Amino acid sequence: MSKNNSFLTDQKRDARKARPSSNSWRKWIGVVPFFIFALLFILLPSVNILAGAFRTNAGRFTLANFAGLFEPSILSAYWVTIKISLTTALVGGLLGFLMAYSVTVGKLPKAVRNMLMTFSGVASNFAGVPLAFAFIATLGRTGLITLILKNVLKLNLYALGFNLYSFWGLSLTYLFFQFPLMVLIITPALDGLKKEWSEAAENLGATRSLYWRKVALPILTPSILGAIILLFGNSFGAYATAYSLTGGFINLITIVVGSQIKGDILYNPGLGYALAVGMVIVMAVMMAIYYYLRRKSERWLPR
Amino acid sequence: MKRGSFWSWLWVIIGTLYFLLPLISTFDFSLRAKKGELSFLAYTRVFTDPNFWATMRFSLLIALFTIFLSIVLIAPTAYWIRLRLPKLRGIVEFISMLPYVIPAIVWVFGAIRTFSGTPFFLTNTLFGTYVLLTTGYVVLSLPFVYRSIDVGLAAIDVKSLTEAAQSLGAGWGTILFKVIFPNLKVAILSSSFLTLAIVIGEYTIASFLVGIKAYGPYMSMIGQNKTYESSSLAIISFLLTWAFMGVIQLLTRGKTSGSSMAGAR
Repeated sequence: MSKNNSFLTDQKRDARKARPSSNSWRKWIGVVPFFIFALLFILLPSVNILAGAFRTNAGRFTLANFAGLFEPSILSAYWVTIKISLTTALVGGLLGFLMAYSVTVGKLPKAVRNMLMTFSGVASNFAGVPLAFAFIATLGRTGLITLILKNVLKLNLYALGFNLYSFWGLSLTYLFFQFPLMVLIITPALDGLKKEWSEAAENLGATRSLYWRKVALPILTPSILGAIILLFGNSFGAYATAYSLTGGFINLITIVVGSQIKGDILYNPGLGYALAVGMVIVMAVMMAIYYYLRRKSERWLPR
Repeated sequence: MKRGSFWSWLWVIIGTLYFLLPLISTFDFSLRAKKGELSFLAYTRVFTDPNFWATMRFSLLIALFTIFLSIVLIAPTAYWIRLRLPKLRGIVEFISMLPYVIPAIVWVFGAIRTFSGTPFFLTNTLFGTYVLLTTGYVVLSLPFVYRSIDVGLAAIDVKSLTEAAQSLGAGWGTILFKVIFPNLKVAILSSSFLTLAIVIGEYTIASFLVGIKAYGPYMSMIGQNKTYESSSLAIISFLLTWAFMGVIQLLTRGKTSGSSMAGAR
């Protein structure tokens, strides 16, 4: 291997000597379109949001927009969004993990695994308007499950305080794409657990549960936490599902940003920028943790 | 082992029910447009609505432009970086992950504020908004398109293929289109179908830029006043998503993983 490498580098050196000028600037041209696109359509809007957050309507520097974030209604929007993201990430993460565990370590038939992977691929991408419709038909006031519970089990969900258009209803709806996403992310990690590890543990006299506590779970922990962070981000930034389910009548941070774009209620452009910056900061912190965890998990598990 | 097997089945059954019950309920609901009997009336109404076809056509066209633009932008870049500029790999990978940090609602907010004024004025014309919508979808699909193509490139020996082609006298166009891209067929096609699945019913960006011209906002409008039709639209969307994901599974032979994820919408 190393012999091969040295051969390659020698060759490169020869090539450079033969064509001294062509390598220097021309090779950068190939990536110019991509960087222009990224600059225009990713960086520029982001910088604009950041700059706008520190500007008054007249264009002067201000910190007042960020003070607006601490109004009770905005704080509560952040809080509800974080709560819903955390709930669906944890519950979805747990259910997804258990299902992935069942078809990998749990040794269910291959056909079950294939079926699970197919529906996870579909369900994790079935978000937004049609998902909201589906849950209205299921758990809305005249939804099928609502009616079955009412007529067969004499259990009136709505009389008991359940409401599809509120926190728990939205959480149940988000779970529809959250746990399949967990299945997709965590199954490769579970596949990466080597048979040798459990056999070695067994040979050393470890029970199944000791192997899981001392070997498998520590190896999987970074992957599991990383996946839960992705799930968190996935519902933290979700707008379409929440908006079409509740018609905008739930106090989520994405909904508030949306109404700032439309400028219909409490219109304050400066606050809109600050809200967006706040969201990006939360997401950036999450992604930073995710990358740190992924590095750690790569020590044992290929990705 | 018996015990473990019982729990395994239990979790899979719970998950399957969570998946199936909403679909069954929605399908049941969509058949009840005619009082007292089951019928496909809601579907007939949807399929005879010219707006259904117009918005579907619009979103399909935008999706095709998105796919074209993102492949043309990303595939040569990813190739070139593996071949000549491995130093830039980190930064390009970082850029490709940014859409995870910038949710669609934040992107569309920033984009409207940025491109509606000087010097761009993109939102002043219809064409301008279509362009902005397309770029928004390219941004949205960037993470998985880049990742899928990069993984595809890792599987082939880019350097040797390029050198072999060059020594046979091929120019860059020939190398890209006749040598590299055919080897990336699976990566390109599977990420294209995922883009298609995501873009067709997309709501967040479309509703702010083009409104009910696009299929996502059209569905939302139907949902506000037509209960049965909205259920049939949900079933139709579900079948479409299923079809696209099915094609991806066939292409990749079931090896799709967590990389098939777009930013939050």
